[in-house]
Amino acid sequence: MTEARYKPGDSVRVRRAYPLGHIRTPFYIRGQRGVIERLCGSFGNPEELAQQRSGEPRQPLYRVRFRQQEVWPDYRGSAEDVLEVEIFQHWLE
Amino acid sequence: MKDSGSYQPYSYFQLMEVSLRELLVEKGIVSEAEVAATVADIRARSPERGAKVVARAWVSEAFRKRLLDNGTEACEELGLDVPALKLVVVENSPDVHNLVVCTLCSCYPRMLLGIPPDWYKSRNYRSRAVREPRAVLSDFGLQLDEKTKIRVHDSTADMRYLVLPMRPAGTEGWSEERLASIVTRDCMIGVAVAKAS
Repeated sequence: MTEARYKPGDSVRVRRAYPLGHIRTPFYIRGQRGVIERLCGSFGNPEELAQQRSGEPRQPLYRVRFRQQEVWPDYRGSAEDVLEVEIFQHWLE
Repeated sequence: MKDSGSYQPYSYFQLMEVSLRELLVEKGIVSEAEVAATVADIRARSPERGAKVVARAWVSEAFRKRLLDNGTEACEELGLDVPALKLVVVENSPDVHNLVVCTLCSCYPRMLLGIPPDWYKSRNYRSRAVREPRAVLSDFGLQLDEKTKIRVHDSTADMRYLVLPMRPAGTEGWSEERLASIVTRDCMIGVAVAKAS
């Protein structure tokens, strides 16, 4: 199991990468900056599981909070509206 | 299959389902009885399960705390098994309104809400819920105060989300059963709010 590198409140950026395969990091959030809301636990890596492999080592999974106005520059709504997305650690930097 | 009484040819997907199922049975991987039991189990799940959880949280402050702290364990107390996946319960308040979506596919707390509605799986909802949640809520007839913050949860991996709606005014003294009767599927997804009538 991979050790958790981040804790709630830490500032992170989602990797801007476009590998092929079964990726659970949505396109729209790649490259965006956010803050760790919580560590959800460690889970099998979906990119490996989709290839019928073991999914080991398990990867820490976080809920990351993003400001809507930063994600969508033309966002209509409160500056405090947020979006929370589950992101695996190997997609964070 | 629909029992419409009249003969209708299989659609493409029905034919695929029958072909695959018969192959799996023929090869001894599953039995017809196992398939039937699984289908019955899936059909037995309905939003009434989620409503029971919400109503308990409305009447019991201690349960509400446990539910927000660890949704999976709190549901087990009510005899609701939430296998493998972790349940995260997000609470609405006068300041914050929560909305759940899965932009990648159709992840949904099926153990508490049953089979997701078609709109939840539509491209329209999935793309717009993260991009313009206020417009989406307005399409559902929900106009939130400008000051209310919206928190959208994109259910992308191993968590499943349930919205804990606010208990409406005018429900003081109601029994748990009566409270559960006003907790709709839509208010547990976050596209509606609970109403007393």
